[in-house]
Amino acid sequence: MATQHSRSAARLMMAPAVILLLGWMLVPLIMTLLFSFKKYLPLRGGDLGWVGFENYVRFVTSSAFWPSVLATLAIVGGVLIITVVFGVLLAILLNQPMWGRGIVRILVIAPFFVMPTVSALVWKNMFMDPVNGLFAHLWTAFGAAPVEWLSQASLQSIVMIVSWQWLPFATLILLTAIQSLDSEQLEAAEMDGAPPIKRFAYITLPHLGRAITVVVLIQTIFLLGIFAEIFVTTQGSFGTRTLTYLIYQRVLESQNVGLGSAGGVYAIILANIIAIFLMRMVGKNLDA
Amino acid sequence: MGRITLDKVSKSFGDVEVIPPLDLTIEDGEFTVFVGPSGCGKSTLLRLIAGLEDTSCGHIRIDGNDATHVPPAKRGLAMVFQSYALYPHMSVRKNIAFPMKMAGVSEDEQARRIDAAAKALNLTDYLDRRPGQLSGGQRQRVAIGRAIVREPAAFLFDEPLSNLDAALRVGMRLEISELHKRLKTTMIYVTHDQVEAMTMADKIVVLRAGVIEQVGSPLDLYRAPRNTFVAGFIGSPKMNLIGGEEAARHGARTIGIRPEHIDVVEDSGTWQGTVGVAEHLGSDTFFHIHGTGLTETLTVRALGEVTLRHGDTIHLSPRTDQIHRFDAQGLRIE
Amino acid sequence: MARSVTTQRKIINTAVAWTVGLLIFFPILWTILTSFKTEATAIADPPVFLAFDWTLENYATVLERSDYMRFLWNSVIIAGGSTLLGIIIAVPAAWSMAFVPGPRTKDILLWMLSTKMLPAVGVLYPIYLIFIKLGLLDTRTGLVLVLMLMNLPIIVWMLYTYFREIPVEILEAARMDGAGLKEEILYVLTPMAIPGIASTLLLNFILAWNEAFWTLNLTAAKAAPLTAFIASYSSPEGLFYAKLSAASTMAIAPILILGWFSQKQLVSGLTFGAVK
Repeated sequence: MATQHSRSAARLMMAPAVILLLGWMLVPLIMTLLFSFKKYLPLRGGDLGWVGFENYVRFVTSSAFWPSVLATLAIVGGVLIITVVFGVLLAILLNQPMWGRGIVRILVIAPFFVMPTVSALVWKNMFMDPVNGLFAHLWTAFGAAPVEWLSQASLQSIVMIVSWQWLPFATLILLTAIQSLDSEQLEAAEMDGAPPIKRFAYITLPHLGRAITVVVLIQTIFLLGIFAEIFVTTQGSFGTRTLTYLIYQRVLESQNVGLGSAGGVYAIILANIIAIFLMRMVGKNLDA
Repeated sequence: MGRITLDKVSKSFGDVEVIPPLDLTIEDGEFTVFVGPSGCGKSTLLRLIAGLEDTSCGHIRIDGNDATHVPPAKRGLAMVFQSYALYPHMSVRKNIAFPMKMAGVSEDEQARRIDAAAKALNLTDYLDRRPGQLSGGQRQRVAIGRAIVREPAAFLFDEPLSNLDAALRVGMRLEISELHKRLKTTMIYVTHDQVEAMTMADKIVVLRAGVIEQVGSPLDLYRAPRNTFVAGFIGSPKMNLIGGEEAARHGARTIGIRPEHIDVVEDSGTWQGTVGVAEHLGSDTFFHIHGTGLTETLTVRALGEVTLRHGDTIHLSPRTDQIHRFDAQGLRIE
Repeated sequence: MARSVTTQRKIINTAVAWTVGLLIFFPILWTILTSFKTEATAIADPPVFLAFDWTLENYATVLERSDYMRFLWNSVIIAGGSTLLGIIIAVPAAWSMAFVPGPRTKDILLWMLSTKMLPAVGVLYPIYLIFIKLGLLDTRTGLVLVLMLMNLPIIVWMLYTYFREIPVEILEAARMDGAGLKEEILYVLTPMAIPGIASTLLLNFILAWNEAFWTLNLTAAKAAPLTAFIASYSSPEGLFYAKLSAASTMAIAPILILGWFSQKQLVSGLTFGAVK
């Protein structure tokens, strides 16, 4: 529904964004691909020539590889489940009539404003520290032995920290979606004799489908790359080495760019598998 | 100055041809109405003239100049949209000034024209309000004001009254007609409402599925519809179209007779029937009659208050000189 | 909707919601409180909530120890610059997608979003090399560019969803009124989309402010923003909770205050324009 004139204008106006993103995607990607086939040690001789698939084989056969994939999936999956489930509950709670809803809403969304380095540091030291942390005080107060959170339950701790940061986002999206639900639908179901649980399962939840998709999509985008939380807390030890962090260590700590780049390609492949899966889900939902 | 000529203009969206090639001339100063059922392509045709859509083939000329590839901003036409399309973030004054600002009209001249338009449209008191604070009718007037100040070659109206309630619609109809009489500028007006077409137009273009069914003055169309579609579309209540034996008696496949051309007679009319629903409008009364030997329900218009009751048997006689005859293709037989 | 609710029910709702809200907010509250304690009170067992001698000495120490104002200024420039630049590039693109949709518009949009899924770490070294080559390492310009590119897909998407709410007829009216493309976008579309643009601006400012991969890895002393400022507190030296809290409070305060004042836009922005 437009003229030839506006179509060519549209192409022209889209060009800067498309070209920039294309460059941003392709240039480093091609460089990463090139490096991944080389022995490249910046501090120990630099570019030492082509090695074929050696880096790929080494990366995937290293004992750290599969645990890192699993850690990545565990963190992403764990955070998604927690934020969606608690997000739905919180959204329903916040949708109830109450006093001071605006203030409660601010309290709930506040963690989103906290930069990841700060939240990781605060959680690590002031809450999860086994000696002086608030949790340790709490545990001792009830006569229990304090938990060494970041070593004994490291993965769970990180999932918890990250969930705390992303719960506001999930809650807010789901709350907006719930508020757009036509109350007549619920009343009709009530008239039809559906009890609250069934009303939730058959009307509210399906209505939230699109919102949940959005939450999952956007959070996955951000969660696949979480870095600061691990960098600041465990530095990848105690089973919290995600794929991202493993590559980071190969590139910057062991200064093995070839190996790290091969890892990067694996990470890109993993991200793409998830992306294709998600895009399919969202593509369908995007028109609504 | 606004003679618009369409020369073999056609429009397709992908593989779907919504307007097959058509020719049409709109004379300078003429009030032309495009009318037809929804989806007949009348709005698309208007948008082609406006330049908001590309023609797939053919040429559009405005005052003899080929405007086919001229962008809408440069065609010198003004348009009033169905939703009014006022700029919600600008005051009424700024809305009306916008086209002049775009054309680089001087501030003094802008102020002069805004005042004149506001006076003519009764908007003087509202110039500093936002569109959101106005009623539907006032918004409509702002949209018209915005169109007038450009002093365009022609005005294009896209169903401008369909968002107004019935009472306002009649008032605005008069105002637009009045405006046309005063400005004498070409106007093209799209509507699905045949009453608007009949009351306002110098020339009516009846469209169906992108094809022009008939072009003519309102009374031409009323008196001599070219086919059964136009016959059924123009006039209210609708013309009775009767097929079968009754039509065959007149040497036609279908005959048409308008409700106002059938007389209710005491006894021994052409047709006999029973009264169904009666609609009393005061000034006249519409009867829906189930005629004996006719498959169609007849609508009959009687002047004033006539008291016939549901189930009464009556006789009807059509005025023979007002019977329209159509052949197997639905075309008029003279 | 007008359904009367018993006062009792409302009281329960309020109590539950406030409890949950305060629990979620507690880590922030605790951090702010601790920043006013002495190091000894900060680790006291049992913990002290309000009954302590309030002190500002932690803030003084932090300000003395590091050049907070420089970090803050870097954060403002980097987050603000990348967001503004992103919006300038994204507005025309979003206009095209929203008002002149083609058969591939949706694919382009999804492709743009998918570039965000590329793991940053996978391309860290190439970017590092490019930055050295172009002399962008540890410069604010470099970070503005990278963060702009990071957030561009989200900005385009958000603007696209906001623009789609605007009726095409109004833009067509502008065209009929003699407006060219530039005037149409500048005088009609942008003013009408101000709330959406504000939300987009705000959210992406926060995302850029909190970004902690590129800002940590591409800066050293000169261009480091607050994320790096706070990361320097990650290795503990003796008793430091109170100072850590003071530094943390100083790092998050600007955003918390901004968020407080622009709640409405922010709530709309936080949904990424994706849910109405």
